[in-house]
Amino acid sequence: MIRVARVQTADSPNQPMDTSESSAPILQMRGMCKRFPGVDALRDVDLDLYAGECLAVCGENGAGKSTLIKLLGGAFHADAGEIRLFGAPVQIRSPAAAQRMGISIIYQEFNLIPELTARENIFLGREVGRFGFPDRRRESATAWSLFERIGVAIDPESRCSELNVAEQQAVEIAKALSWDARVIVMDEPSATLTEPETRRLFQVIRDLKADGIGLIFISHRLDEIFEVAERVLVLRDGRLVSQHRTHEVCREELINRMVGRSLDSEFPRRSVQPGREVLRVENLRRGRSVRGVNFGVRAGEVLGLAGLVGAGRTDTVRLIFGADRLECGTIFIDGSRRRIGSPQDAIRNGICLLTEDRKAQGLVLDHSARENFGLPNLDQFSSHLFIDHEKEKNSFEHYVRAMRIQLHSFDQPARTLSGGNQQKVVLAKWLARNSRIVIFDEPTRGIDVGAKYEIYQLINDLASQGKAVIMISSELPEILGMSNRVIVMHEGEVKAEINDVGGTGQEELLAMMVASGTGV
Amino acid sequence: MVKTRIQLKKLLSDYGMLAILLLLCLFFSLLTLKQQQPQGQSAAKQLANAVAQKASPGERVLVVAGTQKASQDTARMVAEMLGRRSFSRVMEVRGTPRDLRLALDRLRDESERPAAIAVTSEAVEWRVWEILPEAYPEFGQVTLVTPETYYWPDFLKLSNLLAVVDRIVVIAIIAIGMTMVIITAGIDLSVGSLIALAGVISTLVMKQLGGLGAPAWTVAAGFLIGIVSCGLLGAFGGFLVARFKVAPFITTLALMMVARGLAFSITGGFSIYQVPDALTWLGQGRSLGIPNTVILLAVLYAGAHIFMSRTTLGRYIYAVGGNEEAARLSGVPVAGVIVFVYIVSAVAAGVGGCIQASQLNAGTPNAGLMYELYVIAAVVVGGTSLSGGSGTILGTLIGAFIISVVQNGMNLLGIESYTQNVVLGLVILGAVLLDRLRGGASLAFLTGRGSAD
Repeated sequence: MIRVARVQTADSPNQPMDTSESSAPILQMRGMCKRFPGVDALRDVDLDLYAGECLAVCGENGAGKSTLIKLLGGAFHADAGEIRLFGAPVQIRSPAAAQRMGISIIYQEFNLIPELTARENIFLGREVGRFGFPDRRRESATAWSLFERIGVAIDPESRCSELNVAEQQAVEIAKALSWDARVIVMDEPSATLTEPETRRLFQVIRDLKADGIGLIFISHRLDEIFEVAERVLVLRDGRLVSQHRTHEVCREELINRMVGRSLDSEFPRRSVQPGREVLRVENLRRGRSVRGVNFGVRAGEVLGLAGLVGAGRTDTVRLIFGADRLECGTIFIDGSRRRIGSPQDAIRNGICLLTEDRKAQGLVLDHSARENFGLPNLDQFSSHLFIDHEKEKNSFEHYVRAMRIQLHSFDQPARTLSGGNQQKVVLAKWLARNSRIVIFDEPTRGIDVGAKYEIYQLINDLASQGKAVIMISSELPEILGMSNRVIVMHEGEVKAEINDVGGTGQEELLAMMVASGTGV
Repeated sequence: MVKTRIQLKKLLSDYGMLAILLLLCLFFSLLTLKQQQPQGQSAAKQLANAVAQKASPGERVLVVAGTQKASQDTARMVAEMLGRRSFSRVMEVRGTPRDLRLALDRLRDESERPAAIAVTSEAVEWRVWEILPEAYPEFGQVTLVTPETYYWPDFLKLSNLLAVVDRIVVIAIIAIGMTMVIITAGIDLSVGSLIALAGVISTLVMKQLGGLGAPAWTVAAGFLIGIVSCGLLGAFGGFLVARFKVAPFITTLALMMVARGLAFSITGGFSIYQVPDALTWLGQGRSLGIPNTVILLAVLYAGAHIFMSRTTLGRYIYAVGGNEEAARLSGVPVAGVIVFVYIVSAVAAGVGGCIQASQLNAGTPNAGLMYELYVIAAVVVGGTSLSGGSGTILGTLIGAFIISVVQNGMNLLGIESYTQNVVLGLVILGAVLLDRLRGGASLAFLTGRGSAD
């Protein structure tokens, strides 16, 4: 592998703050291999990380990114390869060992105990104090100073369950710093953050770089990679396909490298004229999160729901789907009023919801893909109470082919599928229901670029079949690229409606999302 | 290849306990391997033939039996067979070696001499045969005819195997309902008390309808009312769990106390013995030579297995336990499913209570103490996860058998009951641990693979 020496250019926006570092990498991984039964997760991958730089690792799901960082974090053991930390070979035998060596991994799913306070989480397992009695005051002082260092205002005594995602992430970062981490790995850190929160995270990353810490940053969002990383590694099918300096590579090339083919465009085209209105909601209300929402969706239309996290988008669609109890408001389908008190009612009325959290709400992870597919459709696959397994299998097979779902076996647990394929299984189960109103909540979260494109195509197919599609997304390019029409929510209310989606820029949309005043 | 591996893993995790059960059976078979004395028709035939070869019809022949019924039956058959072959001077001796000595003394006094002595089963082991030539020199050489012995484990005798099943039948039937409850990530602690309640209510109904002399239909009526009462309590508990999200542990703990208290207060603390004879049919009767309880067990397990693996509601039960929210958002009537499993569990406990009453021929408020723990142990040993979503009915059957086999085997080996509890506890731990190690080891690659990005 080519070792890329760091080049410092005066005008580079990604120039590291630390200029005094030596040219030797702080972390080297050489020839890393990891095999799982039936698949080579990593084949001969090299990685160098220098002090004070941010190295991005990108690749589609299944490319080996998570495996690579799990080797680094001691969660997996490599079959072959060598890891050197500050030039000395090390064996990372467990997550605790990695932490002691100064390598901290911040996984997508945080390792925080919700019922403990931020302070208790930071010091978990090595409490400061004597005879089993933690010294609260000293711990608290340390926690304050850690939070101050990363520039967040969190009370160390607040329980983690009361913190929002961004704050929990800050706690994880503080925890890493408290271990005196020299290498911090962040797996999709921005996936669940809002735009302003992501901005703040990037500032933290810049500060950490200035302190000479080496960061490994894993993200599906290419814009972010260009913004915070100096270098980027591209993995595909467990191999290192290329590495670049970010200011020397363009977005399209990265995508091509990741996918191994070129995509015509990030968002496929669609040419459908929306038909008559299928769904109309009036004055939906529930508590403080949804306060009098009105809108309609037409057949063949993709309606984008934009807004910050917490703007009430998810709460609104959950009301339409009957997942939460409606306090007030009416739902019309095809112009006639319907009572929807439970998901069962919604499903009967041809509504389906693909939840933002597939793992917690969309799938029974330990059950097979086929069983997950069949769950809402058993009435179609059964006669006299007995399930016709053959019928279920045939129907699933149809969708597996049509949607190109990749699996070894229909009986494979849903847990073992990649994010994109999980999303496809969830979509398949609703398509088999022949739902007419399809609601997507963050359809491409945690899904790699190639699979994203396929999901977009599926959404377009739905629209061209005359289905009404509602799509919530926090990715501005996605919402602008996919929707016929966008409504912007803010604090439980509809703030704006954009009919000319093509003529609206991301900045404009963002401004509407954060505007607390009147709508546009 | 991956497919076969997944299937193999599924097979192992579903029925890996079967291997443990078979190993236990093998273990107890080896330990109880003994010289067995043949009995019954074939043994009698063998003896009669041997006597006919050694002696002629006119001569005096003795047939000796011990005190056990099987031995005496065999002796009677030998005597009959010899009689048909015109041996007219056959003499049956039953009882202890002393009875034999008295009979021989009488023969000597009458200066007669037995030409052959046929010895059945247990009498073969008497020491008296060794001293016979010295004690009765005047008889000269007497031919002793004994059946050919064979080696067979006590454990594997048909009667013992039926006992293994019979002993566990109440626990195994209740474990069907418990499996469903635990698959939904719940638990039902009330089943032990419901055994008592069902037994007490059903026998009370029989008593009111005529007591000792009541006709057979009153038994059916009693059982029905007992089981329905349990079902109502189960429905109530399920409703609390489903509607108000009361923890199943607490709900059923409370119902456990309620049901036990009701059983005692209904009877004033005494057992109800005024029941018709027909009561014993279920728990002690046989059809076609098979105990009725065993037939009932087989039918219920077959039905429950088909229900859980092939019906919509069965699938819903797994889905609710696997991920309640995902199930709800997929249109599964979650509350209904939860109420249903608690009703099934309570009804199964009611059936168990009726069997218990039938076996005891009485309704006892003390019945079923601690049974909930045995039932849960059977389910867990059978591979059902307490966190819900996975488990099989047949696995539970195997789990119940493991417990029963261990108890039965230790009885055969003459281990005292206190020690038995210690061993049983350790066996349960060991079985679950083995399952965990195997399951955990094979699951690690799947979960690792799943999150391998």
